[in-house]
Parts: sequence; structure tokens; C-alpha cells
Amino acid sequence: MSRCDRLVDVGRRQFLRGGAFAAAGVAAAATLPQEAAAQVAPALARVEYPSNRLGNVADLKPNEPLDVAYPDDNAPGVLLKLGKPVEGGAGPDEDIVGFTTVCPHKGFPLNYSADDRTLSCPGHYSRFDCEAGGQQIWGHATQNLPQYVLRVDDKGDIYAEGLDELLYGRLSNVL
Amino acid sequence: MAYKRQIDRLPIIPADAKKQNVTCHYCIVGCGYHAYSWPVNRQGGVEPSANAFGVNLAEQQAAETDAWYAPSMYNIVKQDGKDVHIVIKPDQDCLVNSGLGSVRGARIAEMSFSRQRSTQMQRLTDPLVWRYGQMQPTSWEDALDLVARVTARVIADQGEDGLFVSAYDHGGAGGGYENTWGTGKLYFGAMKIKNIRIHNRPAYNSEVHATRDMGVGELNNCYEDAELADTIFAVGMNSLETQTNYFLNHWIPNLRGTSMDKKQQQLPDEAHAPARIVIVDPRRTVTIAACEAEAGKENMLHLQIKSGTDLALFNALLTEIADKGWIDKDFIAASTIGSADAGSPADAGHPAALTDFKSAVEGNRMTAEQASEITGLSADDIRKAASWIAEPKEGGKRRRTMFAYEKGLIWGNDNYRTNGALVNVALATGNVGRPGGGVVRLGGHQEGYVRPSDAHVGRPAAYVDRLLIEGKGGVHHVWGCDHYKTTLNADEFKRVYKQRTDKVKDAMNSVPYGDRDAMVEAIVKAIGEGGLFSVDVDIVPTRIGQACHVVLPAATSGEANLTSMNGERRMRLTERYMDPPGQAMPDCLVAARIANNLQRVFTDMGKADVAAKFDGFDWKTEEDAFMDGYHNNAAGGEFVTYERLRAMGTNGFQEPATGFEDGKIVGTQRLFADGKFGTSDGKARFMKAEWRGLQAPGKQEQKDKYAFLINNGRANQVWQSAYLDIENDFVMDRWPFPFIEMHPDDMAKVGVKEGDLVEVFNDAGSTQAMAYPTTTARPGETFMLFAFPTGVQGNVVNAGTNELVIPNYKQTWANIRKISDAPASVKHLSFKNQEYSAA
Repeated sequence: MSRCDRLVDVGRRQFLRGGAFAAAGVAAAATLPQEAAAQVAPALARVEYPSNRLGNVADLKPNEPLDVAYPDDNAPGVLLKLGKPVEGGAGPDEDIVGFTTVCPHKGFPLNYSADDRTLSCPGHYSRFDCEAGGQQIWGHATQNLPQYVLRVDDKGDIYAEGLDELLYGRLSNVL
Repeated sequence: MAYKRQIDRLPIIPADAKKQNVTCHYCIVGCGYHAYSWPVNRQGGVEPSANAFGVNLAEQQAAETDAWYAPSMYNIVKQDGKDVHIVIKPDQDCLVNSGLGSVRGARIAEMSFSRQRSTQMQRLTDPLVWRYGQMQPTSWEDALDLVARVTARVIADQGEDGLFVSAYDHGGAGGGYENTWGTGKLYFGAMKIKNIRIHNRPAYNSEVHATRDMGVGELNNCYEDAELADTIFAVGMNSLETQTNYFLNHWIPNLRGTSMDKKQQQLPDEAHAPARIVIVDPRRTVTIAACEAEAGKENMLHLQIKSGTDLALFNALLTEIADKGWIDKDFIAASTIGSADAGSPADAGHPAALTDFKSAVEGNRMTAEQASEITGLSADDIRKAASWIAEPKEGGKRRRTMFAYEKGLIWGNDNYRTNGALVNVALATGNVGRPGGGVVRLGGHQEGYVRPSDAHVGRPAAYVDRLLIEGKGGVHHVWGCDHYKTTLNADEFKRVYKQRTDKVKDAMNSVPYGDRDAMVEAIVKAIGEGGLFSVDVDIVPTRIGQACHVVLPAATSGEANLTSMNGERRMRLTERYMDPPGQAMPDCLVAARIANNLQRVFTDMGKADVAAKFDGFDWKTEEDAFMDGYHNNAAGGEFVTYERLRAMGTNGFQEPATGFEDGKIVGTQRLFADGKFGTSDGKARFMKAEWRGLQAPGKQEQKDKYAFLINNGRANQVWQSAYLDIENDFVMDRWPFPFIEMHPDDMAKVGVKEGDLVEVFNDAGSTQAMAYPTTTARPGETFMLFAFPTGVQGNVVNAGTNELVIPNYKQTWANIRKISDAPASVKHLSFKNQEYSAA
């Protein structure tokens, strides 16, 4: 596997984050001792996902991947404007989707193929279909590709607000 | 949308969690895993001191980390009656898989019985009997009494030939040394059952009689040989899908060149290069695409033969190699017979003569041009393959070639001779028992066979399915087999089997269940009128189980301790990490309890001599069965105990054991390393294996009559007949129906689009599949998922077998027509190209 980039070596990709929301959350948590936090805010059934601005509709060109990260800068992903509506697609054309680009099998970075709109893993050859909710076309992962829950506001800003599967390399999607 | 679990975090394994050894119970490779379990009211933490990995889990972990597990590796199960969290994750220190988990093994936890999380709720929890017109739960005592009374009565009336048995012979789930010994001691020890078959074929025979007859046991090398070979010659296999982590962890490094250090270190006196690979297959597989991406097209030769013509290719390779003088003369002289007189002629049990090297070369002589006519390959490619196999390396050193084959050959045309013709090439080039060599089957299940002698079965063995169709037998014991999904001529088999078992059901409906004497009489009368009483032992309700009158619930791997060996004879113990569902028991104990009950019933019948044969089944645990069976009967078994295996962890040892030293079992890395083979004189045999066209009855006629080859095989997500996968949302979301790969031009001819349901039909039967457009498929050649419950490929496989009753699933031809547009469960699926491409 030496020829493949390890996830930690992928480098910080270009991403945009909803800085205000995340920073406020961190500050609030930091002011409370752990025991008090447990009493004041009982554990929730799901992790709290940040609402992070990943870009604007105007930034996206059909079938050109935009490197992003979600829910934090150690979780690389991609935004795609597919150019045709898909189930779960966001935006005015219902064609914007976002996925992690970390393979859920062993954590290698996925490559995007514009020809057939798939993400493929150079580590062990798994392939995922960006037009079918990240379904594993063929591969070793025991889950389909984690996809972003996206919201597009009136200004065309695209926010990620959740994930539908566990990300590779973390036992909680939000660390 | 594709199926998603909506799981965003998992409980963390605490530092003090219990850790047990697990060998994946699915495929032959037997990857090492560990089961971590801890009380349900506790959890670990992100701090290094608070979790089993000793790392900070508040940070993103790197690729290939040990400190992560997928949702499919997690569950909540019962352990000694208490709820526990369980994580079953791949072991990084296991030499087999080095931490890799396949899409099958990485779901072991999710595929476990859990009332708490509603997984595998299909599992059988109680013995079931036919009562008041349907299957109803009962006690072991009641069910076993009915089984024993009917079985004993049939034996008394018809002799032991009236008892038909279908029983797995493999390792892993639904198998293992404990359980093959349990059933073996019952049917081959206490009785001498002749009408017995194995889980995937209609007789009690070897899939590879030829190589064994030649003295070359089929699992003769070690997985490291794939890292050391100069050339890998692979036939009818698709290892990326079906021996996944053997391929990824041991073949790929050699193709990438990352095993060069190991080659130079272990074999310092010769030139080395990254491996070349030749793959013989009528279909372009994902394995071939991966080899191309890793080795480069210049080091990858796909011999895309016409289906069923492998024998002609192998004979041409032998001819070319012999004529060029690229043979290992010293090996041939020292380790193979020197004259045809020392061989043996063909007879009914041996469909080809065994002979010496010279006679084999002359008898099998076929030029590259002749083989080109038969196989459709170019003569140049055949010569190129011969040179890749055997042309001496730089400096004149012998080329190390590993030969590997699996179901494309085993379930292919003329099994015996084709197997022999391939072993001929390996023997001629001295590639057995040496580093970087071996001529091996790749395997399906793990192995785990230890039984009393089966010599009474004879060769050729009884064609059990045919005898059942012909109305023979009165009682049928079925162990972990599902003919309805995994046999040939399956349409006809199911039709007759249902008729015969329905007769007995109707008879059982005519008397009160509680009147045991009247019940047995009614059943026996129905059997006399062509009925069949059927008993199914399994972990889940099967399709053939729908026809049965008694169903007995079995425990699977991890619910009981279980030993097996993998494709390099690596033996491990999977420790019991959870409770079996309800009243389920390991098969060895089910067999013992049947034996106990038969003894009681024969005693009651006044047959003390027969009853005495059922002594020796007083096992209380699976370990008792192991000690009685493997420990006392297997070669080297005296060195092996549960305690010793537990200490050997997920790496175990390679069979046969040869000693116990310094607290470790000593194993055998390669068979035949001393140049002595498995024959009476220690010399290997060559085979005279002339080409004779499509050998099995009806195949050539079928080919002439129907438009499409219905080649068939496996997909990586699906284990065996999908008996557990059928309740796994991830798998069934991807494959609600079996796929049939078709060239787009063929789809246009038939008038179907991607995902449409099609009927596949011929004179043997009919079945269904969903069309998967595949541009790399050759027009007229399709490939269908085998043994899948929602479309059984075996329905269209005719009854023709080779002389030794080996089925010929692969050479099947049929027509195809549209049934309907894609159903709702199919519409969201991806039908894109499954091949990885480096570009």
C-alpha cells in the first residue's frame, strides 16, 4: 500500500466551514466542567451535527467535483452538481450531492471519475455511484458511501447538516 | 436511494473487554478476527487509557487503522445468558489477512443472532415438527424420538440403503472437524451409509479426484508462495471476489512488486522480478481488471477461452513446454514414475490412465495451432503462456510458477481429465512442494474433514439426487444443505421432492400427533407408496426445509467452539463468544443425540446387535467430539488440543501437525517438500488426458440448441447460497435478484433494459434474473449469480455429470426473454461498470 496516500497525508483540502456556529459550540463546552455538562445536557441519541457552509451553488460546475470537508477539516469530501435530478439531490435542480471521499473499507482516498460519475478506491478497487446515493457498485466496504444531508438557502449557500453512515476512522461522526 | 444504516456513532470497546480468537467462518481463506465483548451497561472512552486500542479516539484515525470498526462489526448478543456488546473485527497480526476484512467477514457481528437488535431473527430456536398441517415447535426429546423411530423402521424394512443423507463435508460455518466427525461417526461408523451426498454436489465424491489419484493433494502450498512466484497461472477463478484477502494480501504484493524484498531474502541465488500472471477464464472478471491495474497489461495475460476448452489449452502447454525442453528433468526422474507400466489404466472409477511423463506427453500431444482451433485463443498467446510458465529465468534458473484453480475447472467440462492435465504441467515443471510453486485449488469453504473411512461408498459414488428423483429411499437426513438452491437439475428435483414429502405430510395429517405408534405407521405406509420422510438440520429455515417433516436447530461458529483449516491448511480454533439461539446445539451433539435415540429404539425393537453399533456417542460438549474425532483420528491429531489451539491464536499452525515443542504445535508449511507424493510408492503420476469435447451428457446438444451461454458463479457480497445474507439489508439492497451480466447488444436483441427481470429457460428448467449491462461480456455469453434464493441458476443446469458424478454447472446454455420492467426494489440500483480502472 506504500504507493497510496494515507488519509493523514492527503493534505488539507480547500474547504469552507460554518465557522461561527462551530466556534460558539466549542466555547460553550469549554466553559463547563464535564460533570456539570452531563447534568445540564443529557446525552443525546444522535450526535449533534454542525451546519457548515460548504460553498455556493454558483461555485459548482456540472460534473466538476469541489473538494470540501465535513463535519470538520479532518473529514475530506466532495460536492458535486450532477446536472440531473437524483433522489436526495439538493438545490434548485435537485442535483447537488455531497459525499465523504474516505473509503469506508480501509480509509484510502477515493478518486472521482467524471466519465461515469463514480468514486473509486486505489487501495482495494471499491467503487461507489454518486448518482445512486453512493451505492457501492462493487467493493469490500460493508456500507454504502456516507452522504451529506445538504440544505441550500435562498442565497444559494450550500450547508451540510448531517451524514447517513459512519465515517471511516472515527467511532463518532462528530469528534 | 441506496440503503443506509443512519448510524453516526458506536460504543467504544473498553480497555478491559474480553478478547477471543475468531476465524472468519465464511470462505476458504479463514481471515483472523477477534471478538471483543463487554457488559451491555458499560462502554469505553476516547482517552487512550479507556479503550482497547490505547489511542486517542477523539482524533480521526489514519487509513488501515486498527482502532476503528464499521457498524457491521458491532452487535448486542447473549453471552452466558447476559446481554453483551460485541465487536468482531479483523486481526492485524494474523498472517492470513493482516487486518483486512472482506465484505463478508466484516459482517460476522451483524449476521449474528440478536433479539436486542433484530438481526438474523430467522435463526431456528427450537426443534420443529409437522403437526396440525404446519411446522410447530417441540422438545428435542419429542423430535429425536420421531426421527429415530422412522429412521430405524426404514432401516429395518429397506436396510441402510433406505436412509439417504445429504451432509456438508467442509469447515467453517455449518462444518468443522467437530461436526464432520459427528455426522461421519454416525453414518460411516455406526452405519455404512452409501446413499450419501455432499452439500454442493449430488454424490459423495471428491471435487478433485484426479490430482489426488496422481499423488498430489490439492492444498499443497502456502499463501506466501503467491508472494514468491515468478508467474501465477490461474484457472477458472475470481479470487478478488471469492478468496478476497488471500488475493489482496498475498497476490497483489507480488504483482505490485512489493514482495521483492521477501523474494530476494528467501531465494537469494536467482533473479527476481514482480510476478507475471496468466488467467484462464471465458469471462473478464474484476480480478482480471485488478491484475491489469497492478501488474500492467504487459505482465497480465488473459486467456479468454471458449467455455469448457481448458483441457485442450493445458495439453498444448504441456506439449510446448516439453518440446522446448523447459522441464524439470531431475524432479521428474526423482519424484514421478519412470514408466507407463508403473501407472494404471482407466476404468469406471478412474476416467483416465495414470502414466509416466513421456507417455503423457505423447498421449496428450496437441500443438498450439490445434489448441487454437478448439479454444479460440491465438497460438501465439498459448506459446506466450508456456514461456511465462516455464522458460528458464535469467541465469538459467527454473521459473517458479504457482498453479491455482477453482470452480471454473471443478464445475467445468471433463473435470477429471482437465484437473489432471493442469497437474501434468505443474509436475513437468517441478512446481510442487517448492517455494513460489504449488498446484492448488483455491477453495470455497474452509476445510474441516475427519471421518471414518468412506471406502464403502465406492467409485463412482451413487448419484443421490437422481435416485431420489427415481423414488428411491425412505428417509432423508439433510445436514446444512439446500438442494433447492444449490443443486443441478434443480427444477425437476424440487418438483419430485415436494411430491414425495407431501405424501408423508398428508399421511401425518391423518392421525393425531400424540399417537406416536399410529404416526409412525402412517408415515411408513406413505413411504411404501413412494413417500419420503425428511429431516433437516440447519441454523436457518432453508428452501428444502419447507418440504421437511422435522427440522432440528443447529448452532453455528462462535456459538460453539469450532476448528477448521484454510486453503494453506492453517488450523485455528474459533472460540465460543455467544450463546446459540434458543435450544440450538452444535451439529456434532445433534448427531450424538440422534445416535443415542437410534440405539434406544433399536434396543426396543429387540435388535441388540444393531443397537450396539451406536456406542460411543456420549459426548457432552463439542470438545468431546473434537477429542474423539480429530485428536484420535486425524494425521498429527495427537498433538492438537483446544487448549493448545487457543494459545496459537489466529495464526494457528499449518496441518499436518508433526509435534509439540516449546509450547507450540509444529506444523507443515508445504506438502511434498521432500519430493515424496501421496501414492503407495511415493511417486507422482502423470495423466493421459485426451481432449474429448463437451463430455457430460446433453451439453453439446444444449449448446447447439440455445442462444446464450449461462456461465455462472459468485459475487463477493454474497456468502454461499445467501442463507444468512437473505436477512442482511445491505446485501439484499444491492442484489434483490440475481444479476445476469449481458452484453448491451444481447440485451437489445432480447428487448430488455438494465434491471429488467428476464426469464432464463431451456429444456432442463427455467429461472429468473435481472439484466446487468456489461460491455466486457462477449456477445452470446452471459454470467449469472449462482445459488441465489430469488433466482436459482441450478434450475437450468441439466442432469449431466462426468463419470464420477461431478456436476457441470458452468457449461449451460439457454434462451432469455423479458418478464417485466425493473421492479421497485431494483429501480434505485447502480448498473455501472464494476471494474476498477487506474486511469
